[in-house]
Amino acid sequence: MKHTFAVSIGGAAGQGVATPGNIFARIFARRGLHVLAYNAYQSIIRGGHTFLTIRTGPERINSFGDHIDLMIPLNQDTMDRHLHLLGPGAAVVYNGDTIKPGSAADGVRLCPLPVSELTSNSRSKLEQNTLCLAAGLSMMGVGFQPLEEVLTQQFKKKGEAVVNENVGMARAAYQYATEHFAPFERPLPMTDNKYAVVTGNMALAMGGAAAGVKFYCAYPMSPSTGVLHWMATHARKAGIMVRQVEDEIGVVNMAIGAAQAGCRAMCATSGGGFALMTEGLGMAAMIETPVVVIDVQRAGPSTGVPTKTEQGDLWQMLGAGHGDYPRAIATPTDIVDCFTIIPEIFNLVDKFQCPGIVLTDLLLSEGTASAAPSELEFKVPIDRGELITSANGNGANGGYKRYLITDSGISPRAIPGVPGHTHTVATDEHMEDGVLISDEFTNPIKRRAMMDKRQRKMAGIEAAVPPPKIVGPRNSEVTLIGWGSTKGVIEEAIELLAEEGITANHLQIRWMVPLHGEAILHELAGARRTIIVENNYSGQFARYLRSETSFVPDGHIRKYDGEPFMPHHIVEAVKEQLAGKTKLSVPMHEIMV
Amino acid sequence: MATTEQVIKPFTIQELKGKADPDWCPGCGDFGVLAALEKAIVDLQIQPYNVVTISGIGCSSNLPGYINTYGMHTLHGRALAVATGVKLANHDLTVVVTGGDGDGFGIGGNHFIHTMRRNVDLLYLAMDNQIYGLTTGQASPTSAIGMKTKSTPFGSVEGPINPITLALAVGCTFVARGFSGEQKHLTDLIKQGLQHKGFSFIDVFSPCVTYNHDNTYPWFKQRVKKLEEDSAYDSSNWQMAIERSHQWGEVIPIGKFFQRDDLPSLDQAEPVLDTGGPLALRELGIPPEVAREFITELM
Repeated sequence: MKHTFAVSIGGAAGQGVATPGNIFARIFARRGLHVLAYNAYQSIIRGGHTFLTIRTGPERINSFGDHIDLMIPLNQDTMDRHLHLLGPGAAVVYNGDTIKPGSAADGVRLCPLPVSELTSNSRSKLEQNTLCLAAGLSMMGVGFQPLEEVLTQQFKKKGEAVVNENVGMARAAYQYATEHFAPFERPLPMTDNKYAVVTGNMALAMGGAAAGVKFYCAYPMSPSTGVLHWMATHARKAGIMVRQVEDEIGVVNMAIGAAQAGCRAMCATSGGGFALMTEGLGMAAMIETPVVVIDVQRAGPSTGVPTKTEQGDLWQMLGAGHGDYPRAIATPTDIVDCFTIIPEIFNLVDKFQCPGIVLTDLLLSEGTASAAPSELEFKVPIDRGELITSANGNGANGGYKRYLITDSGISPRAIPGVPGHTHTVATDEHMEDGVLISDEFTNPIKRRAMMDKRQRKMAGIEAAVPPPKIVGPRNSEVTLIGWGSTKGVIEEAIELLAEEGITANHLQIRWMVPLHGEAILHELAGARRTIIVENNYSGQFARYLRSETSFVPDGHIRKYDGEPFMPHHIVEAVKEQLAGKTKLSVPMHEIMV
Repeated sequence: MATTEQVIKPFTIQELKGKADPDWCPGCGDFGVLAALEKAIVDLQIQPYNVVTISGIGCSSNLPGYINTYGMHTLHGRALAVATGVKLANHDLTVVVTGGDGDGFGIGGNHFIHTMRRNVDLLYLAMDNQIYGLTTGQASPTSAIGMKTKSTPFGSVEGPINPITLALAVGCTFVARGFSGEQKHLTDLIKQGLQHKGFSFIDVFSPCVTYNHDNTYPWFKQRVKKLEEDSAYDSSNWQMAIERSHQWGEVIPIGKFFQRDDLPSLDQAEPVLDTGGPLALRELGIPPEVAREFITELM
């Protein structure tokens, strides 16, 4: 089994859970270790309960795992809620002055810090956080210097005195821990790699910048707001126009306007905001203007659980808007893929002049992961398709037809400002030259020709995207099928199943549209037992796959409590299904946040 | 909206005719608005390929199809949002938005307010006929109390919106009212609006001869009075404009209510557009040194 180490920090919102979390992540990544973090939190600015788990190790981390090695409760509530999750070998580091431990399992080490004694000169209210962090690092076998570097960097702006005070306090706690608490059995390893630490929302935004997005607009909506924040912070350096708009209807229409004028334009939202955008998506398809909309799913319906994850928007994406129209829907499979997929979908929608949807969720968007700098390569291939940006000597109105009927369904697209190509695009049905056929000239033959032209683009889109493939031994006992963000946890579950002698392979869907139904049927033809894993109530992907291919799996594993799957949830579900106990497993989440 | 477009070859109004002829009812007020817009563009010699005419949905929103500029016939109520995107993507373009009172003040009311607040540099021509025409005659946000329509068969009990007062209240930098029965006056207002650098709003009385039998050409002709003929009126005085915007009844003022030129338009206020030309024409991607900086800050 891979060597990993997981730290969980819990407290009330506003108590400063994020800062030690970020410091851990940075120190681990600078040590050449991979990290993955998931923050279980609530929709409250001050108070409530937040529980952040950061897992690290020399190999890529697939999920936040099943075990906590070190817990840092910043308040009594956290101790009371989660001490029972810890098993032998784990430790709890806490402020011994204010927090009382309950009864822990055998082999769990309770490590109280005498905070007031160690910080007699400090005025900081967040001192216990730094002390616990320092003590934890000591027990992990990490030297003091990396923490000193991070703290110096963090407090630099506040002057030398503040730096010295914080570093001094941390050093005292570090030494106290070295003297009083035994180190963890396996010290944290170190490699020569160096990683960046990035959230999914940041990766989506950076992917946009890499793709050449020049126009980004949004209305704030959890859990997609991080994209807006990165864009707003980096807009001037990146040369991107970033606008906060009055509502999501305005967002999508503004983005389409910018795209029509020639920019690569992007926007992000969550399910409720996306609902407002659907009419706009139909417009993008009808006027054949490429635009990319990111939907970051949270638990629905309606306002739902704004800070919790779900994969419940799939059918909303498939059915967004009235009428039939070509679209592409991509579902990134991990945080780094949030970066990679954006330039890919822009090239696709620019070429095929249709809307593109990136369907992800809170687990990825607000999760944090390590990435090698080479995985965040900004220099990506850019293909804008048949775009006319200059007259090329064609000064007169030489019969340019914006919606020229072609075999591919793609018509050369002139942007406003180019002489000799004036035309009007319309959401009404229109003819090749853009003139409406919806009013007094309705014409079934022309209408059919235009529908055929637009829908022909789907064949090209399907050919431009690779079909999904099964990963793992063909003759496995179980084939686990997932989509989007569940890739990592399924991979880890497969490793755990292997340890128990159960062979499983894996089919992860990254493109919902085009789905490649025939290829999927071919892949699944020899599967012994198929189980679809998804983070929703009704099996939205299972229903979609059946509607497209008539494929019916042997079983389902679903979860709709707001929290993501943990590896053991899938392992136990597979085992109960192999034992014939059920065809539908709905694991119960054990961590209460 | 100011334009620095150099005149290469003078073009005529004939060249501005669109690919299709208007299908408005005979006598519709919108004919007069289209004619005034064409005349203004020709007078100012703004090259048609540098103009984008953008509309929503409704009778008057069919206008982009009838004029040979670039055009976008978008969704009901959304023209101003789309137009903002177009203008910011290429601020060298002259953007004209056309539509009706239902489109602009009803379903599009939110965008109307916020686009004015942002002082987006465009001309917005609202063809206000106080009725829903394309849906065959229902009350609109500017229908008068008591007006009988198919959706208010016993007379409307809802008070109308006052687009002029509203525009003034949210900080619109050019506010005017025209009448399609006053061609020369309307053309002049449109020219001023096109030359104003900022949001130019012109509410145009454009009578619906089919469904609105209350607010007809004769009804307006008896009432409209040009602000320009009142020597005491000062269109740089916001208080005066607010006061005059409430005048309604036997005398209804038309003309320029208000203009200020001391505020930057959104494209002028946005530093991303300071250098480098229109975004739509810039090279895609991020320079390597900037990309390195973005990665380094994450390490």
